[in-house]
Order: sequence, then C-alpha cells, then structure tokens
Amino acid sequence: MAKKRSGADIVWEALLAEGVDVLFGHPGGAILPTYDAMTKYPVRHILARHEQGAAHMADGYARATGKVGVCMATSGPGALNLVTGLATAMMDSIPVVAITGQVPTTLLGNDAFQETDVVGVTLPITKHNFLVTDVHELPWVMRAAFKIARTGRPGPVLVDICKDAQIAETDVPLPDPDDVHVPGLERYPQVDMTAVREAAALINKAKRPLIIAGHGVLLSGAERELQELAERGSIPVTTTLLGIGSIPETHPLALGMCGMHGEAFANMAIQKCDVLIGIGMRFDDRVTGRLADFAPNAKVIHFELDPSEVNKNVQAAVAVVGDAKESLQALLPLIEPVSRAEWLRQIDGWRRESQERDIANIEVDEVIPPHFMRELWHVTKADVIIATDVGQHQMWEAQYYIHQRPNQLLTSGGLGTMGYAVPAAIGAKVGRPEETVWAVVGDGGFQMTMQELGTIVQEDIPIKIAVIRNGFLGMVRQWQQLFYEKRYAATPIFCPDLVKLGEAYGIPARRITRRDELHDAIKEAHESKGPFLLDVKVMEEVNVYPMVAPGAGIDEMIRRPIVQNPSGMTPAW
Amino acid sequence: MPRHTIIAWMEDKPGVLARIANLFRRRNFNIESLAVGHTETPGVSRMTFVVEGDSRMVDQAVKQLLKLMPIIRVEDVTDKPAVVREMALIRVRTDAQTRGEIIQLTEIFRGQIVDVSRDSMVLQIVGPEERVDRFVDLMEQFGIVEMVRTGRVAMTRGDDNNNNGAKRKGTMGL
Repeated sequence: MAKKRSGADIVWEALLAEGVDVLFGHPGGAILPTYDAMTKYPVRHILARHEQGAAHMADGYARATGKVGVCMATSGPGALNLVTGLATAMMDSIPVVAITGQVPTTLLGNDAFQETDVVGVTLPITKHNFLVTDVHELPWVMRAAFKIARTGRPGPVLVDICKDAQIAETDVPLPDPDDVHVPGLERYPQVDMTAVREAAALINKAKRPLIIAGHGVLLSGAERELQELAERGSIPVTTTLLGIGSIPETHPLALGMCGMHGEAFANMAIQKCDVLIGIGMRFDDRVTGRLADFAPNAKVIHFELDPSEVNKNVQAAVAVVGDAKESLQALLPLIEPVSRAEWLRQIDGWRRESQERDIANIEVDEVIPPHFMRELWHVTKADVIIATDVGQHQMWEAQYYIHQRPNQLLTSGGLGTMGYAVPAAIGAKVGRPEETVWAVVGDGGFQMTMQELGTIVQEDIPIKIAVIRNGFLGMVRQWQQLFYEKRYAATPIFCPDLVKLGEAYGIPARRITRRDELHDAIKEAHESKGPFLLDVKVMEEVNVYPMVAPGAGIDEMIRRPIVQNPSGMTPAW
Repeated sequence: MPRHTIIAWMEDKPGVLARIANLFRRRNFNIESLAVGHTETPGVSRMTFVVEGDSRMVDQAVKQLLKLMPIIRVEDVTDKPAVVREMALIRVRTDAQTRGEIIQLTEIFRGQIVDVSRDSMVLQIVGPEERVDRFVDLMEQFGIVEMVRTGRVAMTRGDDNNNNGAKRKGTMGL
C-alpha cells in the first residue's frame, strides 16, 4: 500500500513516473482539482490558447522527441476541442496521452453542465480510452494509458477522470509497468523467419526492385537498416509523405516522395518495378492512386507491424508482420549484393525528364513557393525541424526542401489537419529546445490556429513561422481550377496584416514580396534569437505539380509545365 | 455473400460491447447476429458473431477486432468442425383445431412448449440455424404472434487441449 493521496496527485505521480516533465493544456471546472495539485510537482505546463492547439503541441512534441506527448483539458467543450488533435495523432500513429476532466460520477449521464460523453466521442479516434469513476482504478489506468500509447503501433489514449475521482483518496500504489497487462498489447508479433526468407528470395531474384519507406521506418528507428538494404541490393527508395527523412534525400538511391504529388520518376518506378517492398507504410490512397492499376508488374512484399494493414488495400505476395527494424535486421544477412545498373539507369532517365530543376531555377521577380522552400533549405542547411500545415505549401515543402534526417519534418499526413503546423512546431521546440524549429504554413491554415502566437510569447517558445500567403485556400482552389472549371467557391481568403499582427503580439515580423528578398529575410528569421514571423507574399494562382488526379492511376500525372528558361517569362502554370 | 461465424473472447469490462459495435459500424462490417455471455473464466466474456462478407472483409474484421485492447482472442470457426446452435422462442396463435398439430410438430423438432394460454403457446426450439428456420416456416401457417432468436452461438469440436477457450494463447489472422 502506498500512502493515501488524491486522484489528482496520482495523475502527477504517474506523469512523473513516466518521465513527463512538460505538458500542454487548458484548465477548466471539471479538471480543476488536478490543476490545483499541479503546483506541487516539478512539471512545466504550457497554456495553449485553444485545446486543439494543446493536442497538436503534444503531437509535435511526440514526433520531435519520440516520447509520449501529454495534453490536458476540462470536460465538455474542452475535451471536444482536443478531438481534431487526437484524430490527427491516431491517423499518423503518434503516442499521445490526453487527460480530461469529467463531471462528478453523481452527475454522469445527467446532461450536466459541460458534460459530454467524451469516451464515446473519442472511441473511433483513439487507440484506447478510459472513463475513471473510481479513484482506486486510477493508478492502473494511468500506467496502462502510457503503455498502450507507446507499445506496438503507437497512438493516442484518452483518460477521462470524473471530478470526484480526482478529489477522492486511495492508497493503491502505482503499479510497475510490467505488471500492467492489457490483452491487446500481448499480441506483439514476432518476426516470422519463413516469411523473411521468402521476402529475401523474391528480392534477390528481382530485376527491378523498389522500396517504399513509410513512417514505420522512423517509428521503429530502422533508418540504418533501410539504407543498408538499399545499398546492398542497389534498390532505389521512394518514401511516403510521413516516410520523408527515413533516408537522406541526397542519397543517390533516394527518389523522394511518391504518390499524388510525388515525383513522376518515383511513380514511374512504382509502375515498372517487379518487386515492390513496402516498409512501415499502409498503401494509403494518396500513395496508390487508382488501386486497380497500382504497381501492375510487381510482387508486393509488405513489412508492417499492424496485421490489419496487410492485404487491406494491396494484396501482398509476402507479408512480414513485425517491427520494421527487427524485420530488416533479420532480412539483411539474406540479401545478396547486386548492382542493378540497368534499372537505376532507367530511373535516372525518367529523372532527367523532371522539370523540378527548371522550376527551381526559373527567373521570376515575384516569389513562387518552390523558390521559398529551396531558399529555406539553402539557409537552414537542412539542420532544422520543420512543421508544415496542410495544402499546397505542404506539398511544395515535401518536394523542394531536401530533407536529411529522421523526424525532421512534422506534418499531418493521414488526417490532413489544417492548423497543425504552428502548435506542432511549438510542441517540437519545447521538446527539442536546442533545435531551430520552423512552422511553414499557408494563410488558410495559419488563421485556424494563429491564436497560439499568444502561447509562443507567454511561454517564451522561439519558433520561426513562415506564412506562405497566396490569398487563397490554395489546394482547394487548385482542385476548383482543374476539376470545377475555375469556379472559386469560397476559396479566396482575407488575411490580416501579418507584420502588424506580429507587432501586436510583440513578435518580430517581416514581409517578403520579391524573390530577391528571400535569402536575407529567411536568414534574419533563422538567426534571430526569439520567435519570428515571415509574411511571404507569393504569386497567387500557382499549382502543385506533378499531380495525380483523384481516382487516376499514379502514372497518369499532370506534369510540371514546360518552362522556357531563362527568358524571365512568367511560367504558364 | 458468404456468412462467417466468429468467436471472440474479451475482458468483461464496461463499454466493451460499445467498442465492438462501433468498430463494426465504422468499418462498415455487416453483423447479422451477435450473442454475448459469460465463459468458464470469471471476468471473460465471449461473443459469437455472424458476419456477412467476402474473405477479405472477414479477414479485416478479425484483424480489427484484435486491435481492440480488451479483446483476448478471436477465432473464425466457419470452416472448422464446430457445434453451432441457436435458440428461438415463438409465440404461436392456437385454437382447438391447431393445438394438436403444433404440439406434434414441436416434438418432431425436439422443441419444448414453455407456456400455454387460451389462444396461444410459447414454443422453444434449439438447434442449428437451418432447423430453427424450418420450424419457423412451419409455424407461420398458424400465425406467429411474437418471436425472438438469440443468433448463433458456437464452440469448436475436438479434444480439450485445442479448445480451452479464453486461456488459449495465440490468435488467428496474424
């Protein structure tokens, strides 16, 4: 038996035992007892301006540090505001623990003030959730929440604690994590050597193998094994959006991102390969395009931790269920060193057809977003963490920034949550204060969570924000242009004067309207000590190419326009 | 669409049924019947589902169930030797002319008469689903006033070593 203490104390005791020293939250009535106890513990609390911000901060913290991110909110509206952040974390397999207050047990189910069935609401968007009505259960639940969040395929866990259970006392001790048994966690798959041998045989026989590396490579820390596999077998590597950073993009075998806005040569490689090796990825529709025509010549080998992802979208010839690192370690000794010069030459041929370099070199006076991304890379030397939002700028960043290391790019891939970048960057900076952290965001997404500028100032979190401002909800506008005959319904968007906005918050800000200002402005922001807001006014109706239209095959791409260079003409987007 | 019989063992905790129902709804799996009850192990419940769908869908249903934290084990017994039973209670309209025939048919189907009133009887029948179906068909001519069916419950045949329910480790579908 431990000494008697309140449920609120147990929350903090458990957080400390789990190594948590910082969390993101917003107080309110039903969580007040827990906040009241907080003052007794050595924990830093970051006050978000909105609970959605708190959830994204916990997510950004988790992605940047590899640790579990924690957020806290009150019942009803407070907890409901976490929902988008939890769904974001769920889709991208991010370990987050959310702690919410709930009305007292005596009022449960009574439609009490600020009561919402939060466990019901978050059922499909958490890995698991708990309603705690009895303080004696709380020590076990807190331990289980962390264990579930981080074990196997990570994900968010919500703990909803009734107000009276926060106040009531118990002498039940915090259990040892090893004594916390959850049936769903006892199925951790062991790597099946028969499947590994079959995979190796297929790879060794392959003439045109290709790897698609996903987030699972980063989550299991298998970057070295991935690179070794690629090098030993001369196997080119393309990545999903969330797999960016699993291999340095300067690596000769790296093809960059594939899929809807992937490079055409990466998509061509998928369509022509004879063995496709998916590692820690789930063949999402943004990767595959029209499924019936995806990788038509390939036998698929699928390395994946979550058995439910195997054969969900794409039928695997061989499935190796297990942790990516363990699986690749088992695979590597069986891989024969082969030089697949002809295949690599073929891909290089497609690569030379890419307009990517021409776009990067095109001469315009105004700023086009690819130029911003490339300049950001030049100035920051790829030695930064970048959080992007969702939309055109997100794709341009993925295409034109040259990523070097794991977990350098934080972005909402699965859910596509606008408003993610700024709070995620805040969370990342809190977790990795030694890093320079940039939020790259559109003028639409920025206005969804820009209230977190207040958090940056109050909590002294010096992140750099670049708002790529084209006056439109750009990606939606692009779809309207391409698929809805240019009827720009509800996509033009007003944006306030961002320099004045920065001033209002006391954040240094600078506006860029011309290409020749890019370098100095980015450098100033990057090298400044405190936070910085860059208002990057870009050419308005620029589209992201290459693009696979929704429902099309991934080799049916709308390519980048042919640029007549160096005439200085405005490109015909 | 073929029908599959799936057995799942789970911790007997509040909200487990809601998790499972939510999963089936969200993933668009079509549950035809579902029966829940206690098992030989305290704290462990057992559900028998009948799911309609192709093998890919059923494979997904099993794998998604296994991702729920309180689920202990899942087994697709569709193609395994198994005892599969269903129970129905049927209230049938009766009169002096029909009563005798109803009693006779009930005996042939090894059913039981569990309640008798002036103008109706409640019949209980247990058996494989098809037998229950046929009995219901036969009763329709007399007029079924009310009916309830439990849905399938199932248990695999064979020796104890392979069939110790919730205690058995391992899962299918992995």
